[in-house]
Amino acid sequence: MSAAPTAARLGLLACAVCRLLSRAPAAGSDAHCPRCGALLHARKPASLARTWAFLIAAMILYVPANSLPIMNTNSLFGTQSDTIISGVAFLWTSGSFMLAALVFFASVMVPLAKMIALAVLAASVQLRTTRHPRTRTRLYRIIEFVGRWSMLDIYVVTILVALVQVSTLASVHAGPGAVAFGAVVVLTMFAAASFDPRLIWDAQGEQT
Amino acid sequence: MECGYPVKPSSLVACPECDLLHRQTELAPEGEARCVRCGALLYRCCATNANERALALALAACIVIVVANIFPIVGLEVQGVHTSATLFGAVQSLWDDEVRSVAVLVFVTTIFVPLAELAGLIWVLLVLHLRLRGWGAVPILHFIESVKPWGMVEVFMLGVLVSLVKLAHIATIEPGVALFSFAVLMALLAATAAAFDADAAWEQLEDIR
Repeated sequence: MSAAPTAARLGLLACAVCRLLSRAPAAGSDAHCPRCGALLHARKPASLARTWAFLIAAMILYVPANSLPIMNTNSLFGTQSDTIISGVAFLWTSGSFMLAALVFFASVMVPLAKMIALAVLAASVQLRTTRHPRTRTRLYRIIEFVGRWSMLDIYVVTILVALVQVSTLASVHAGPGAVAFGAVVVLTMFAAASFDPRLIWDAQGEQT
Repeated sequence: MECGYPVKPSSLVACPECDLLHRQTELAPEGEARCVRCGALLYRCCATNANERALALALAACIVIVVANIFPIVGLEVQGVHTSATLFGAVQSLWDDEVRSVAVLVFVTTIFVPLAELAGLIWVLLVLHLRLRGWGAVPILHFIESVKPWGMVEVFMLGVLVSLVKLAHIATIEPGVALFSFAVLMALLAATAAAFDADAAWEQLEDIR
């Protein structure tokens, strides 16, 4: 297969904001999009380094996010601490199987799958694999789309904290796990945004 | 700081996900062009009045977002004691609960970004509609583009529903006006985003300047 005609190979830069193509100026100088003024890059700058940095930070925080309580409930019968998993278990045992599955999927599976998938993508680019570029691009697309739904549990805690106050029978307070969990979601979103899927395809032309 | 030179206006388009170059062709109405190599969406054929429709939808969403933020989302009744919470009230109780980072996160994703994005979009579409000169439309479009992933009204909506199910076990739930408003807002925001033709907006802005 001959090298495919990509913008970068023909010395063209696509604006990341307005998508206008322009000819790259002489090497070494900063180029701005002639239409919207955004800084132009052939690829997202330091894409792999940033992806790894956000990803590793997210992986570290994933541990406290799942082991520390995201919610503490004080009632007449004492204090009860809820982690994400015990919240899912509560939904399951109280008969809301659909919701339990939904929360489990959004809060446990999605962040985990997202981190594994991003690590695989970043590693595959680093190793210059040429295999399955289409599948890997599709994987990236799914990650980008599905990541935001992990925020679900943060909003659940928000509503519960706001509604269940001292005036009612119990009071709910957010726990340290919520902070860690929020950080995981934000960090994985940054990691996905830093990754440049075009890098997957760049290895394609090199080996011909 | 040098300027790149524009390639012949909108004849070529690079795939945003694999960088492959394509020559633009006419599309059938409502049609879309996809990358031949990776399948990413390249561009859509929007109706000529797409941005007028987007403006109408955005204005409607603007009214609904105000309602959604003023009225309580949900009320709770336990043994005659009534509590209810607005979205901002919920953010405040997180803030008072010493989890300020989470409070800021919720504020940004459910109040600030949707509001700012909507206001910015209405401004840009009005500038285009009235053919005013520039008027900050370019930096606003940049801003919208960068905050877009952080507007999470639809996720918030689902979160509210999950918490309602949890609460239904301990108390009587009274859905508030804002709950329905958020559902409508979610639909309007999706419709606005679907109608908005960014390519046309950029081209028009270039002509106006």
